[in-house]
Amino acid sequence: MNPDAASTDRPSVGFDDQVVEAFKIIPELLSRDEKLIGRGRLLDVECLLGPTVQPFHVTIRGGRILDMSPAPVLMRSWRFAYRATPAAYHAYWQAMPPPGWHDLLALTKRGGATLEGDLHPFMVHLQYFKDLLSLPRRSSFGSAP
Amino acid sequence: MNGFIEPIVGRYVHVEIDGEINRIYFEESGSGIPLVCLHTAGSDARQWRHLLVDEEFTKQFRIIAFDMPWHGKSNPPDSQYGNEYRLTTASYTTTIRAFCNALKLDRPVVMGCSIGGRIVLNLAISHASEFRALIGLEAADFQQPWYDTAWLNRPDVHGGEVCAALVSGLIAPNGPVVARDETLWGYKQGGPGIFKGDLYFYRVDGDLRGRVGQIDVRQCPLYLLTGEYDFSCTPEDTLRTAASIPGAKATIMERLGHFPMSENPAQFRAYIAPVLQDIVNGQNI
Repeated sequence: MNPDAASTDRPSVGFDDQVVEAFKIIPELLSRDEKLIGRGRLLDVECLLGPTVQPFHVTIRGGRILDMSPAPVLMRSWRFAYRATPAAYHAYWQAMPPPGWHDLLALTKRGGATLEGDLHPFMVHLQYFKDLLSLPRRSSFGSAP
Repeated sequence: MNGFIEPIVGRYVHVEIDGEINRIYFEESGSGIPLVCLHTAGSDARQWRHLLVDEEFTKQFRIIAFDMPWHGKSNPPDSQYGNEYRLTTASYTTTIRAFCNALKLDRPVVMGCSIGGRIVLNLAISHASEFRALIGLEAADFQQPWYDTAWLNRPDVHGGEVCAALVSGLIAPNGPVVARDETLWGYKQGGPGIFKGDLYFYRVDGDLRGRVGQIDVRQCPLYLLTGEYDFSCTPEDTLRTAASIPGAKATIMERLGHFPMSENPAQFRAYIAPVLQDIVNGQNI
C-alpha cells in the first residue's frame, strides 16, 4: 500500500488493529534478542510508545521490557513518548521499507510520528530504540498479505 | 587472502591553511586524471577505500582521499586545540584548494559527499576554472534539518554512540551488513564536537539557495547523484538544486542512502562508473 495515501485517508479499524497487534509482540521479540537487551543494559525508563491509535506505557529495566500496558493508565507518568501513525509503522516494518519510511527520525521528519517529552533517555539509547521498534520487521508482519 | 597488501598508499602532506601549517593525511591509488574525494561530516577518508582499490578506475584516475583537519589522522591545527571547531564555507573551500595546490594537482576532479557535496557546489560557483569536473553526492543547495545538533556534543550523552545512531537511519536498508557497520564505526571514532562543527557549515553557514544558478557547467561539468534512501539530503532536494543549474546532470541512485561509497560500494560503482567514463571521454574531445 502507499503509506502516503494511508496517512491521509482514515485507516480502517482492521488496519489499525493489525498494527496494534503487531506492536504487542515487541516484548516477546525483545526477550529473544540478548544482543539488543545487552545494548540497553544501562537503560531504565518509563516511556510511551506505539501507534497513535493505541499507545502503550512501557517499563524498561536493564534493557528488558518488564511491563507494557495500553494507555491510558490512571495517573501513569512517562519520560518521553514516540508515537507514529499506523500507516507509518506499517511501512516501517516492511522487510524493505519504502524510502523515507525506514527510520524513526525519517518518520518524525515527514510528520508520520511525534517525539515528545524529556528526550535524554531516547537520545542516549537511540540505536536501542531504533532496533526495538523495528523488531516486528523480523516477524511475518512485513510479508503479510 | 592472508598477506595481501592493498595498493593504497597513505602519506602526510604539510599544507598551509590560513597561515598555519596543517599536517594532512591522505591516501591515494592509481594514475591519470587526479580525482580528489571529500568525506562526509564527522567521518574520514576511509569511506573511499573501495573506490581507491577499484582496478578499472585506478587505470585512468589518480584517486586521492584526504582527512580534513580535525578528522581521522589529520590532527587539529597546533594553535586550535581547546577551541571550538566550526567548519565554514570559507574555511572548507580554502582547505580543499590548499590541499590541491600543495600536491600540485592539475585541474583535479573533486567528488564530495554530504558536506563534501555541498562544498562542491561552492567550488562550482566560485572556482570552476580550477577543476576538470565536479561530482556532488548527496548534494543540494539546502536541506531541512531533522534533529537538534546540540545532542552531538554534551557530557551526558556518548558522542560516538549518538552520532552513529543518528546517521544509521540514513543508510539504505538491507545493504551489506559489514559495510553498514564500517560506515557507522567512522562516526563512533570522531573527535568530540567534530560532527557538530561540520554541521555548522551544513546547517548555518553553507546555505547556497539563490546562488547555484550562477554555476556554468560549460566551464566545469557538474554531476549530482543522490541515494533514494537519503532523507537528510533527499532526492527532491538534489533534483530541485539541479533544476536551477542548466546542464547539471542529476541521478537518483536506488538502494542507496547518504553514504553510497561506503554503505554499498558495489551498488555505488554501477552509478559512478558512467560518470567517471563521461569525464574521461570529455578529455578526448
